[in-house]
Amino acid sequence: MKEYRTIRDVAGPLIFVEKTEPVSYGELVLITLPDGTTRRGQVLDSAKDIVVVQSFEGTRGIDKSSAVRFTGDIVKLACSKDMMGRILSGSGEPIDGGPKIIPEERLPIIGSAINPYARTYPREFIQTGISAIDGMNTLVRGQKLPIFSGSGLPHNDIALQIARQAKVRGTGEEFAVIFAAMGITYEEAHYFIKDFERTGALERAVIFLNLANDPAIERLITPRMALTAAEYLAYEYDYHILVILTDFTNYCEALREISAAREEVPGRRGYPGYMYTDLATNYERAGRIRGRKGSITQFPVLTMPADDITHPIPDLTGYITEGQIVLSRELHAKGIYPPINVLPSLSRLMKEGIGEGLTRDDHVQWNDQMYAAYAEGVDLRGLVAIVGEEALSEKDRRFLKFADEFERRWLQQGRYEDRDIEYTLDLGWELLSMLPEGDLVKIERKFIEKYHPAYRKKAAGEAAEAA
Amino acid sequence: MEVKTTGSVGEIYRVSGPLVVAEGLKARMYDVCLVEGLMGEVVGLAGDKVLIQVYEDTSGIKPGGKVENTGMPLSVDLGPGIITSIYDGIQRPLPVMKEISGDFIGRGIEAPGIDMEKQWEFKPTVKKGDSVSPGDVIGTVQETKVVEHRILVPPNVEGGVINEIYEGKFTVRDTIAVLDNGVELKMHHKWPVRIPRPYKEKLPPDVPLLTGQRILDALFPIAKGGTAAIPGGFGTGKTVTQHQLAKWSDSHIIVYVGCGERGNEMTEVLEEFPELIDPRTGEPLMERSVLVANTSNMPVAAREASVYTGITLAEYFRDMGYDVAVQADSTSRWAEAMREMSGRLEEMPGEEGYPAYLASRLAEFYERAGRVKTLAGSIGSVSVVGAVSPPGGDFSEPVTQNTLRIVKVFWALDTKLAARRHFPAINWLQSYSLYAESLTDWFKENVAPDWSELRTWMMTVLQEEANLMEIVMLVGKDALADNQRVLLEVARYIREVFLSQYAYHEVDTYCSVQKMYDMMKAIRELNDIFYKALDAGKTIDEIETVEGREDFARAKFEEDYKKYLDEAVAKIKANLLGGEA
Repeated sequence: MKEYRTIRDVAGPLIFVEKTEPVSYGELVLITLPDGTTRRGQVLDSAKDIVVVQSFEGTRGIDKSSAVRFTGDIVKLACSKDMMGRILSGSGEPIDGGPKIIPEERLPIIGSAINPYARTYPREFIQTGISAIDGMNTLVRGQKLPIFSGSGLPHNDIALQIARQAKVRGTGEEFAVIFAAMGITYEEAHYFIKDFERTGALERAVIFLNLANDPAIERLITPRMALTAAEYLAYEYDYHILVILTDFTNYCEALREISAAREEVPGRRGYPGYMYTDLATNYERAGRIRGRKGSITQFPVLTMPADDITHPIPDLTGYITEGQIVLSRELHAKGIYPPINVLPSLSRLMKEGIGEGLTRDDHVQWNDQMYAAYAEGVDLRGLVAIVGEEALSEKDRRFLKFADEFERRWLQQGRYEDRDIEYTLDLGWELLSMLPEGDLVKIERKFIEKYHPAYRKKAAGEAAEAA
Repeated sequence: MEVKTTGSVGEIYRVSGPLVVAEGLKARMYDVCLVEGLMGEVVGLAGDKVLIQVYEDTSGIKPGGKVENTGMPLSVDLGPGIITSIYDGIQRPLPVMKEISGDFIGRGIEAPGIDMEKQWEFKPTVKKGDSVSPGDVIGTVQETKVVEHRILVPPNVEGGVINEIYEGKFTVRDTIAVLDNGVELKMHHKWPVRIPRPYKEKLPPDVPLLTGQRILDALFPIAKGGTAAIPGGFGTGKTVTQHQLAKWSDSHIIVYVGCGERGNEMTEVLEEFPELIDPRTGEPLMERSVLVANTSNMPVAAREASVYTGITLAEYFRDMGYDVAVQADSTSRWAEAMREMSGRLEEMPGEEGYPAYLASRLAEFYERAGRVKTLAGSIGSVSVVGAVSPPGGDFSEPVTQNTLRIVKVFWALDTKLAARRHFPAINWLQSYSLYAESLTDWFKENVAPDWSELRTWMMTVLQEEANLMEIVMLVGKDALADNQRVLLEVARYIREVFLSQYAYHEVDTYCSVQKMYDMMKAIRELNDIFYKALDAGKTIDEIETVEGREDFARAKFEEDYKKYLDEAVAKIKANLLGGEA
């Protein structure tokens, strides 16, 4: 491997190298500093006269006499089943003091796109034990469902609760968790690891850590490392993988930093125009493939700057992912956990994963009715603030009451409370029974007669009498 | 497309993502080149350098590598075998790619757009001695159960008198006819995607493209050969609406272009369409559909090409005299692909970093829609419905604005309606259709004479409701007069019963125009009953909670909806106006 000492410029995370032999686009680069340490980087632009390299580990200490080597190889991750239970750095090196991972295979971290023709549509209901998700934003195996959060909201608790409780009922198959931290604090990361250790989940987990004080550019490869590991374990070893990636906002900041250093024409708010495509190459690596047993379900977490859902990061994410779970500061302030605002939340794959034989036959219409009733109640709150509760009709007051009870009884649950889907649905029915039957227009008669508490009580009474 | 290289050879000078700069290459703009075997297209010439956008991932490509020019523009393969296919952005069949490179998409795969070896039963419709011109039909092939593929004299070939024509089984490469000037006709020909196919003349849009969606057909109809845009933030139902149009619109052929969207959405179409039955033909919907899929993680340059591939396929079927609908989801991703390439080319950016030619490219694309008299003299149409994904759901951004300047129908999706799960979440106050006028006659003649009166009445009630709601938000419902509250109640029926439609309900997913009319009529009847009841001394509470209202709301879910609707109206009438039901 030839060494070059022909660095012309260093600008932010970028290094410009002159007079090289032809170098491949995307090639892995090793840079040796005068003090002997080695940094890794990647070719971003390769021309006959100059090559642009982005250094993953920053450019501090790099001078013009540093030696640049082009490896002729692209960035790869050493994959093995032994990754399970290990803690790796953001660029895939073990940092838990354990032995090196002996690779069974070295895979390029830029995965190829799944041929849409080879995909199979995700339909298997995952029970997370959280009512707001199972009931109204149902998750299925192979889905990518992000949590849109804000600073100070308990997204980590929710992600952990999902990791602890997620299961596909009746299969007994457990999820393996891949956790990738991008620019989060040591404290947050520690919180996750402690929980994994305590519950024994660590044995079935691979952890990639790029912390707040690690180089920002490394964040650009951390999720790709994690997803490469996920694909290896899912498609080679038939694991069902749950990937938690937090926090994508930090990832996008790093993307913007590189773009600015390259003096590219910025898109909205200084983020590069290709951020959509770049995010898609991460998020689209979820799903199921026909004829393969394993699956990859993604739970990216991002914090919305200033709680603004129209900010480019949540916005572009929402256009790629299959729905979103939106957390609300208002609910959090009311002391409600999980503070999931179901109105802007959505699961696009829900319709195929619920209903008869999957969850329960009434689920679809029950969901429509719950949404409509809660939305009505929330709207009325706005009105009450202006005209006072006295100005409302009897009917309106009932919807108002419904919305309050919905939050207090149905949404609210414990961090370790694992509700099954029947409980979630029945509790919802109890709330719906606060409304007159004539207002339950979204539910067919047969389901009302089967599940409405009034009819159930009657049926139970009759059964008792007959006995 | 099928590729042959004949042209000049050059050397790679620079690689920057999808942009490759070559030197020593002789090339014209838009020539297709092979960069180390990867397909690309010339997008610029700068001094002695040639700028090429490559349709595949360029990792591992280095300066000094070989670039070959094919001397051909980007073209699609036309002929029997297109229907039921699923292609990538440059017409490579995805099933063939799966066979070659497995579950993940490999690079440098060459695959013709149609099966060159498959034999088709060709039936001539002209005979020896007949004279034919470009665009004329010379015979037919039964391509699927519902699509008769008409074999045309390619528009880029000279016509003449038929010397010989054969009947029987042929591959698309075989000669099926010979003209007196020596031209050999085959079932296969190529057409460059960036050049619109010729036709004789454009016709006025006076026939509706019926979609089976109440809010679209009744309030904001699109004409055959028309253009429509569906802008909306994420989660408002762009894709579901596009899928509904692909499923139920009364077109002969559907071309669905998934441009930079989710992989699972294409899978959904692929799994669902062979199962769904077309109400008009009784055959699976797949038998009339073509899919072009370039998902968000597939190479960005091919995304730019995918919409052109889609519309060229559509024009080809139009030339056979068919009504074709193109669903492009989403044109914003296409515009972003243009922006990305423009950035790499270091062009001076226009608004929000988009290239200055964004508006003209969009206009050129939508202008390829239209209802036309074909070269052969028959009538065909290409209707285009483009989804737009405005950042933050803000319609003031350049792609939405430039699209609205061209298209004639605007279906505005509304985040608020979506959050209330009112679907389709199309805002009835913001949307418009410029075809509504020109289609009035068709609805009058084919459905009912009072169709447009009912339509206008509904629009007026909805507009009036919006005005009243402003007052309600300030002073509460109690402050309204009783007849105003009746109006609110009627508007509620229009919204919740008529406008809201369940895409996933087996009956409600499709609504015939007759059913639309019956429903409008029934709501109008309720309106009259309510006002009469008010005059007769009934309170507004009694009207709002009248028994039978849930039966009325559920009638649309029944196959035999008319009976339930009539019963519900009778019940409500009896409850409010007394015995004479």
